Amino acid sequence: MTQHHPAAEVPSSPALPDFPMRRTCPFSPPQRYAELREHEPVSQAVLKVTGRPAWLVTTHEHVKAVLGDSRVSSNLKLPGYPHQFPIPEEMLREVRLMLLSMDPPEHTAQRRYLIPEFTARRMRALRPRVQQIVDARIDAMLAQGGPVDLVAALALAVPSLVICELLGVPYEDHPQFEEWSALMMNHDISPQEYGAAVMALDSYLDKLVTAKQAAPGDDLISRFIEKNREDPIADHTDIVTMARLMLVGGHETTANMISLGVLGLLEHPEQLAAVQADPELLPGAVEELLRFFSISDSGTARVALEDIEVDGVVIKAGEGILPLNNSANHDESVFPDPDTLDIRRAEARSHLAFGYGIHQCIGQNLARIELEIVYGTLFRRIPGLKLAVPLSELRFKDEALVYGVHELPVTW
Amino acid sequence: MRVSVDPDRCVSAGQCVMLAPEVFDQDEDGIVTLLQSEPPAELHAVVRQTASLCPVRLIRITE
Repeated sequence: MTQHHPAAEVPSSPALPDFPMRRTCPFSPPQRYAELREHEPVSQAVLKVTGRPAWLVTTHEHVKAVLGDSRVSSNLKLPGYPHQFPIPEEMLREVRLMLLSMDPPEHTAQRRYLIPEFTARRMRALRPRVQQIVDARIDAMLAQGGPVDLVAALALAVPSLVICELLGVPYEDHPQFEEWSALMMNHDISPQEYGAAVMALDSYLDKLVTAKQAAPGDDLISRFIEKNREDPIADHTDIVTMARLMLVGGHETTANMISLGVLGLLEHPEQLAAVQADPELLPGAVEELLRFFSISDSGTARVALEDIEVDGVVIKAGEGILPLNNSANHDESVFPDPDTLDIRRAEARSHLAFGYGIHQCIGQNLARIELEIVYGTLFRRIPGLKLAVPLSELRFKDEALVYGVHELPVTW
Repeated sequence: MRVSVDPDRCVSAGQCVMLAPEVFDQDEDGIVTLLQSEPPAELHAVVRQTASLCPVRLIRITE
């Protein structure tokens, strides 16, 4: 019989809730978020993965304030950074910071090399190609006949194809990098498994970057290499790390939003019918679906560089902060009746699903185009689309850093 | 209404250009440029919206 050691089992502050908190309804944020917004907008929780405390910030106003504050850092190597997934110590020491985890001036320099790739003009020019890709995938679905898993057939394939073309990554390698990417998004794997997935993907991208250094193509990675040759801000490993962020960030998030958005519209037939009747409602529907599902609370982790006051609470230098955009996007003071999906909601665009401040998602307008074209085309070409299994049988990604649904069987 | 921007702080989120292309544009480097600093009244509401959506609050409005 093992001896009982109460001191070793009691967390430092037993009253603090665990984080992350699970959703109890697949369509709503964890219930506790609403209580926190009302009673304690800035509060402490214990991170399940490390057992260490971090500050949760839950209202729209305060999430914006923290993410817009230059006294917070995104540097995941700083002590106190609120890690939400296990990274082996030695890996953390050696890991290169990526754009998402850089502070100015490094962040500013790298972002400026990338933003010409994502201008409004470029995104408009991409539309016909995205439309072709979506049409081809829907042709394939129709040829195969239902039921099909919409995640594999459309939701993952479309953003994966688009980001591969943009980056100059051969799409035929997609089964491999999609698997590594999915592992990296999973909360429940061991530090070793996480490290192995990152190393496998980096080793793949390392070869690709080396090939492009020798023979550049007409793609984002090659253009980054060219600019960097003229005015170096990054070494080879930095470029590999940048390519990993673009590849993973470019398909994992959009894929989950495609599946969830389709499901959200199927579960709200009146709103789906409105979108089918009037495609001009689509851009608003995209914003509302982004707000409603708010698929990631993980990209906005910060650590305070100085003591900062938020809602009367002093967060001390070195303490971790989790501004929860999923909570901000359900803040009733900005979005009345927040747990209701309303594609005509006037204020939907004020959502923080892409983050806020200097790290706001660089690919947000690419994501908007993909979502708009997928939702619009899918329900126009397959107006009788429906779930092939009861909603209760769907498996949601409760364990993942990016929320979604594992499979979405549909038929027509 | 007078509009001004601070291009040095631009992170090219592009929401201003998507919402009010009559007022905002991006140069080849993706940085915000102003097409008109005194937009007509019918654009005032959308320009106010771009100012509130800009993630680095670089759009200044005086009315």
